Amino acid sequence: MTKESKRRAARKGGPSPIFIWLRRSLARTIAVVAAVVVAVFFLIRLVPGDAAKMILGEYATDSDIQAMRTRLGLDFPPRDQFLRFLLQVLTSGDTGKSLVYGVSARELIFRRAPLTLLLVGLAAVLAIVAALFLALLAATHKDGPLDHMIRVLPAISLSMPVFWIGLLLILVFSVKLRIFPVGGVKEGLGGLLHGLALPAITVALSQVPSLVRSLRVQILEVLDSDFVVTLRAAGLPSRRILFRHVLRSSAIPAVMLLGVNLAYLMGGTMVIEQVFGLKGIGTLLFAAISNRDLPLIQGIALYCALAVVLVGLLTDVGAGLLDPRTRAKP
Amino acid sequence: MIGRSPRPPLRPSGGRPKTPPLWIGCSMLVLLAVPAILAPWITPYAPGQQNLSATLLPPSRGHWLGTDQLGRDLLTRILYAARTDLSVMVLAQIIPVCTGVFLGMVAGYFGRGIDAAVTLFTDTVIAFPFYLTVIIVAFLSGSGQRGIYVTFALVGWVVYARVVRGLSATFRQQDWIAAARTLGYPDLRILLRHLLPNVLPQAIVVLMTDMAALLVAIVTLGYLGIGIMPPTPDWGTMIADGRPFLSTKWWLSALPGLAVVYTGIALSLIGDGLADRIRRT
Repeated sequence: MTKESKRRAARKGGPSPIFIWLRRSLARTIAVVAAVVVAVFFLIRLVPGDAAKMILGEYATDSDIQAMRTRLGLDFPPRDQFLRFLLQVLTSGDTGKSLVYGVSARELIFRRAPLTLLLVGLAAVLAIVAALFLALLAATHKDGPLDHMIRVLPAISLSMPVFWIGLLLILVFSVKLRIFPVGGVKEGLGGLLHGLALPAITVALSQVPSLVRSLRVQILEVLDSDFVVTLRAAGLPSRRILFRHVLRSSAIPAVMLLGVNLAYLMGGTMVIEQVFGLKGIGTLLFAAISNRDLPLIQGIALYCALAVVLVGLLTDVGAGLLDPRTRAKP
Repeated sequence: MIGRSPRPPLRPSGGRPKTPPLWIGCSMLVLLAVPAILAPWITPYAPGQQNLSATLLPPSRGHWLGTDQLGRDLLTRILYAARTDLSVMVLAQIIPVCTGVFLGMVAGYFGRGIDAAVTLFTDTVIAFPFYLTVIIVAFLSGSGQRGIYVTFALVGWVVYARVVRGLSATFRQQDWIAAARTLGYPDLRILLRHLLPNVLPQAIVVLMTDMAALLVAIVTLGYLGIGIMPPTPDWGTMIADGRPFLSTKWWLSALPGLAVVYTGIALSLIGDGLADRIRRT
């Protein structure tokens, strides 16, 4: 704390509420990050029996198993294992060398990350635009047949497996109509977007209904609020009120909701990568699983969780700064 | 069971409130569950019965939904898969419901340190993308049904803990809990005989909605090859098996998926209906 801010704090009688709130959010995030690192360390212990034996299979010789235990650091006492793991994560941001590729897990993840991030981003944009549109429709036709139809959607889509939606879309748009490729991406930006379109739509489809459900309630609230009534009274055309004012004030909650749902979005993306054969983090995870590449699995878990926590903090802080009502109570 | 609840007798004189979603959902579920339970007696085939001279048949009289690449009857397999998936779905919920409700009650009722610890615990589990955790934990703890149970015991409680914690924290402020305390009841008694009956209805609503999500997760694991293992029939592995024939025999993948969607809708309808009923009483 600088001298100036200290003096200001003393004059006001303690630090400002916004500072306390920021500090608390940060402290909570740091606690969660620490807990995430511990959880990732313990992942390897979920393996029933010996992890080294599980990696090498039933027919491994004793000396091979011993070598693998040394490689994984399993022959240290548990406390030292944890300290070594912690040191590695803190100094190099890594969970160890991949058993198959021989490169650090972090490097492999960073190489694959851009495609996954692009897919998540595309899906997020599509989901927000579609959800805002549908929520506006539902809210302006409240209790009409359209509203009821839109409200039934979440029940249906929640029970649709993402990979199954993906397969159906492939069947319709790639196999029958031949609009999109069956899987993979081609060279260049056009090929990339062309290849990512269907997977992004699939992931977005699974997100839209729950977004619509919450946004509809929020838009209804805005429509009832005093400022909209005032605008109406002032004689503004309702189309203009809707698109200029209502839409603007419900865009922030929409983005926030998506931040909350990011974990779910990312999980869906990983499964969808597998369905469409995209070379992102998801397919890296499945390769790591079929290779029994424990350090790489740990690395993927660590970085995905870190991304979720970071985005969560950013949306919390961003929303809190824009709208003090959303700040969590102590 | 809710004799000690603070619930005012507000029910309108018109008798029981009508909740059509509840009944539609229940009948949908019964419509699937009864043939599934009776499957060994009503299907002319066994789920693993192969017939390599009758593979990939389209729907016909002998095979209502056709056969798969090993000549197994698709309808038979869908019904048997319902037995597996539905029972695994119910069994996998037992541990998470119990731990989630317990942790939520304790956190909301005692507050302070315990609350902070439970919240940190929940935040940590939520930080990992749901499907990422499910996939990794199911694989590490050994694929198959055991892996599914371990996975959901570790991950599934979060939903219940969050809802129940919020409820308990509000109830704690209310007079009836204060009254129970003034009477000198031990905390355990207040938790089990006063708080539990009041948080349970909400937990059951969450349970119904969560069941649908759990079913989808079980099926996804099956599809990825780390869930229920063949030869046990499961909708997920059936969808995966049909995938190579997607362009010509699309129903092999589409129909088992439809069964998942049907079950999920039934469960959500039941959840919505129950939620309505609780809100109205």
